[in-house]
Amino acid sequence: MRVNCTVNGRPREADDVWEGESLLYVLRERLGLPGSKNACEQGECGSCTVRLDGELVCACLVAAGQAEGREVVTVEGLAELAAQRAPDAGAAGDQGRDGAQTAGLSPVQRAFVDAGAVQCGFCTPGLLVAADDLLARVPDPSDADIREALSGNLCRCTGYEKILDAVRLAAARAGETV
Amino acid sequence: MGTPRVPTGLPTDLPAGTGPAWAGPAPGGVGESTLRPDGTLKVTGEFAYASDLWHEDMLWGHTLRSPHAHARIRSVDVSGALATPGVRAVLTHADLPAATRYGLEIEDTPVLADGVVRYHGEPVALVAADHPETARRAAAKIEVAYEPLPVVTGEASALAPGAPVLHPGRTDAHARHVPHPNVVHRQPVRRGDVAAARARADVIVTGDYEVGMQDQAFLGPESGLAVPAEDGGVDLYVATQWLHADLRQIAPVLGLPEDKVRMTLSGVGGAFGGREDLSMQAHACLLALRTGRPVKMVYNRFESFFGHVHRHPARLHYEHGATEDGRLTHVACRIVLDGGAYASSSPAVVGNAASLSAGPYVVDAVDAEALALYTNNPPCGAMRGFGAVQACFAYEAQMDRLAAALGLDPVEFRQRNAMSEGAVMPTGQVVDSPAPVAELLRRVKAMPLPPERQWESAGGAADVRALPGGLSNTTHGEGVVRGVGYAVGIKNVGFSEGFDDYSTARVRLEVVGGRPVATVHTAMAEVGQGGVTVHAQIARTELGVEQVTLRPADTRVGSAGSTSASRQTYVTGGAVRHACEAVRERVLELGRARFGTYHPAWATAELLLEGGKVTTDGGEVLADLAEVLGSDAVDLELVWRHRPTEPFDLVTGQGDGHVQYSFAAHRAVVEVDTELGLVKVVELACAQDVGKALNPLSVAGQIHGGTTQGLGLAVMEEIVVDPVTAKVRNPSFTDYLIPTILDTPTLPVDILELADTHAPYGLRGVGEAPTLSSTPAVVAAIRAATGLPLARVPVRPEHLTGT
Amino acid sequence: MDFLRPGTWEEALAAKAEHPSAVPLAGGTDVMVEINFDHRRPEYLLDLNRIGDLYEWEVGERDVRLGASVPYTRIMENLRGPLPGLALAAHTVGSPQIRNRGSVGGNLGAASPAGDSHPALLAAGAEVEAESVRGTRLIPVERFYTGVKRNALEPDELIRAVRVRKADGPQQFAKVGTRNAMVIAVCAFGLALHPRARAVRTGIGSAAPTPLRARAAEEFLDAALAEGGFWDSGRDLPPSLVRQFGELAAGSCNPIDDVRGSARYRRHAVGVMARRTLGWAWDAYRGSERTTRCA
Repeated sequence: MRVNCTVNGRPREADDVWEGESLLYVLRERLGLPGSKNACEQGECGSCTVRLDGELVCACLVAAGQAEGREVVTVEGLAELAAQRAPDAGAAGDQGRDGAQTAGLSPVQRAFVDAGAVQCGFCTPGLLVAADDLLARVPDPSDADIREALSGNLCRCTGYEKILDAVRLAAARAGETV
Repeated sequence: MGTPRVPTGLPTDLPAGTGPAWAGPAPGGVGESTLRPDGTLKVTGEFAYASDLWHEDMLWGHTLRSPHAHARIRSVDVSGALATPGVRAVLTHADLPAATRYGLEIEDTPVLADGVVRYHGEPVALVAADHPETARRAAAKIEVAYEPLPVVTGEASALAPGAPVLHPGRTDAHARHVPHPNVVHRQPVRRGDVAAARARADVIVTGDYEVGMQDQAFLGPESGLAVPAEDGGVDLYVATQWLHADLRQIAPVLGLPEDKVRMTLSGVGGAFGGREDLSMQAHACLLALRTGRPVKMVYNRFESFFGHVHRHPARLHYEHGATEDGRLTHVACRIVLDGGAYASSSPAVVGNAASLSAGPYVVDAVDAEALALYTNNPPCGAMRGFGAVQACFAYEAQMDRLAAALGLDPVEFRQRNAMSEGAVMPTGQVVDSPAPVAELLRRVKAMPLPPERQWESAGGAADVRALPGGLSNTTHGEGVVRGVGYAVGIKNVGFSEGFDDYSTARVRLEVVGGRPVATVHTAMAEVGQGGVTVHAQIARTELGVEQVTLRPADTRVGSAGSTSASRQTYVTGGAVRHACEAVRERVLELGRARFGTYHPAWATAELLLEGGKVTTDGGEVLADLAEVLGSDAVDLELVWRHRPTEPFDLVTGQGDGHVQYSFAAHRAVVEVDTELGLVKVVELACAQDVGKALNPLSVAGQIHGGTTQGLGLAVMEEIVVDPVTAKVRNPSFTDYLIPTILDTPTLPVDILELADTHAPYGLRGVGEAPTLSSTPAVVAAIRAATGLPLARVPVRPEHLTGT
Repeated sequence: MDFLRPGTWEEALAAKAEHPSAVPLAGGTDVMVEINFDHRRPEYLLDLNRIGDLYEWEVGERDVRLGASVPYTRIMENLRGPLPGLALAAHTVGSPQIRNRGSVGGNLGAASPAGDSHPALLAAGAEVEAESVRGTRLIPVERFYTGVKRNALEPDELIRAVRVRKADGPQQFAKVGTRNAMVIAVCAFGLALHPRARAVRTGIGSAAPTPLRARAAEEFLDAALAEGGFWDSGRDLPPSLVRQFGELAAGSCNPIDDVRGSARYRRHAVGVMARRTLGWAWDAYRGSERTTRCA
């Protein structure tokens, strides 16, 4: 079957989609967007977290056909989304610890790099989409809020400590610019 | 999507604001928390993991696996699968072109099952098809007639009279000295007079302990892409821990010389030991060569549980003795590790378990024995802390029991017996670098404790997220008791027992666009640990440049050895430094040749490369690197080795078997819902000596990660194997649970840097030690809260409630 | 496999009538797992995502009519007042991502004994609104679960909504898992006080082939509360009474040993949760009684 949807603001079309395929497969294998990761394919790890019509979902549990006509935002579209939200913030790389490397990233992406929240990085795209969603809803989250919001995203490398740091850092930086 | 998606190199440049003019030690050099060169790619989703690879015309490979743990294969009929539209190849053992077995240490593992399957999930056949679903449907049509055989599941059944011998006719190096063919390897360690020491002990404590089978549970499943080449060879892009060990095993299976198998590391989504053995590597290459098309294989989570080796489950019997004044008299122990159906790295795990069985303590009389079994359980091999993790759980439980028997504080008792530099290991090896065991314990104990009843908010209401059970709302404080526990451990760094453990680095220095640029090329597998970050730092420090380019790891450069055993920063870091030093010497030779006559310092002074210039150690600038190099490039590939080790004596276990030891201590604070048997770890603090933190941010990240995996083993992680059928019962992330962010507490870290003068920059391998002591510290805290003996991990609610 | 995408409820019913083997797909949190892992290859997938009615709820006099696809997140955010037990249960489901997709209708359709919403529905009182081209029927939730992963739906029926009784007293929900988040229930317990009817209702999850009410415990407690005049006095419940309630709840279980927990543990844990949830609910009831009396 054919599936049409908007991904990161652009209309996309996938052909010859098998009816049992997930949105995750379509993104990764048909639309050239492998940023969303395939770690468990049963909604237990959050590595494939994307926004579907604005809601956080596991792309592995959305049938490709269910995405028909919907809007999807993946990790590849986070920077653009951040820029749309706050056209003045986010674009400049001056807040990062490493301007040369982190220009063009969304604030939460930059914070993950700066805080050392990335090791193998396989969980990172899903965590970024979830953390971005949290900070959009709750600009100054408590640690308990962060933990609850990220409780659907497994990380095997970091022990989560630097991930918490990264979300705190992104929130603090956003607070400074307001 | 016209061009293949395959790995590329990583440029690492310094922050734009730093500017080109600086003096003194290189910014972004050794000792700084520079950022990961792959960080930006990883946060944008552009980093190409093995499962992200793509190639025009590629096929999907799929593996048919055994539903039985032990069975004879009577027949295999692939005709239905071959007739499925979209299927391009089906392979069984009969189709293998050359070698049919491989193995990390012992070549006992069939590429595809050869008449017998020895564990649940063993690969039997391969399918390549246009779409993964086509491949799955075709695999389901392969008819395999199995005749189930009796299973061997533990020591009793493996060594029973008439037990099925899983690998008859063994010819491996261990076959001669093992007591039974179902024992992979056995290593005794004997030192001192245990009988006499026992007689002198005022207190003797014995215990039996058990460690469940832990999974590495790296998030990026096994995957890779094999692309057939015009020369009859194959290019393999894969997530692995050790490219050259893969190559050594794959090439004979393909019947190709090693230079026709070109391997490139693709993005690795974590490893922790689980990628040291082959998974889909040879399979994808076989399918690619058979079909003439690129073949991608990606395991899903279910298959991943069958696709790699796990941590050896263990049964451990310990006897400790001590005098009334709190000094250890002796340790006697027997450690039985279940290696499962194939050897993998079982011999090394046995060596670690035996040689480290007494822990980081001074004890003059030791009688230890470790062995690994062949069984029909899932194959086990390397996982973070291999061999040492199992022993540490048992000896630390014993130390607490001894302290209790003597009426001593458990930390004080450990400190009285703690080893320090100059101590002699049970193997006779002298610990010839800092071993601050007592100090590490002192530091974790001195940290402030988290407040009592930390779940209560200011108004007195309970935040369930901070309580055992978490969001599941099982307690608002009822039944909750706090406990505090301590543990410390010892792990060897690097490959031991006489293994020729070396690494290779190629370093190039040249001027590009007027700026000196270093290029570092190694075959080190970056699996997330941050080796790439450190290599760039070393190049900056040694060569005084800002800009470093890291080439993708591949087999066009010599072996870097495995990213395991906490060894890569030490060994490949050492190789990079060594190559940089040689490059520097060559540059200085060039400088002397070109400018030596202009300034006497070229001949007389200690010269450095700093800030893109050649300077004297007094800081005088002699020349720009750009002038010295001109259009020349200095390009050297060199091998580097750490101090050699020697094998352990097969009878006494004596020998200088290890390269370096590393130490970490933990304090765990837990709250246990004693009625429901649920545990909340409130804080897990670690102190570790790292010799020298080349990148403090990455070091802390390693300690956090290792600590959390130890927490997982303590309270939730276990692959459950049915004791009757030897089948895996929980191969999914629904039932194999790893800690979420709500299970993981605050992890304070205190890093010591006491240099090991034998190691590059004085560093000490970091990755594994924190995984050892985390588990026993958490369990000690649960024991303190509940008063229960708890001799098995993971601790389950049933153990805490007697149900 | 065919992918059916009805745009309206009527079209969905027609499709289900025409293809009774069609598997309804809403949040996908169960069905897609089975497809991804090759456990299921239905002939037809019936996508219900396009049917807006299923995502709506109405708060009526007596019931909340909860559209079958209303995600757990909406229940937590919007229905904590009328459906406190279900909102608590919703909060224990999977992860934020799962709660954005999973729904009570899906939980009922899967009819897993471990489904998190069942104990809350049983305790509150609910009817499943099952519909087909032949018409609508209301199935009391107690009779909806017919076996392990089996329910009372006819092959041509779909779940349109669940009518859950609005709370007239405190409700509680607790679930045991071996992890602090994102965990399938080892066992679960729901409890609702119904002061108007002077009744207590319960629900047990994952401790028997189907979710069920702890009838003996309910009857015991109803009688004891009436006899002791507790509903009026709002007095502390004697520990012996609470203990016996827990024991009876545990006695209602018929659990199995599996990889998630032992039967003995499940029985034990249900008893503990029954005691605790009763304590919390009764404290809340006493609190509200006091407030009412003061006012």
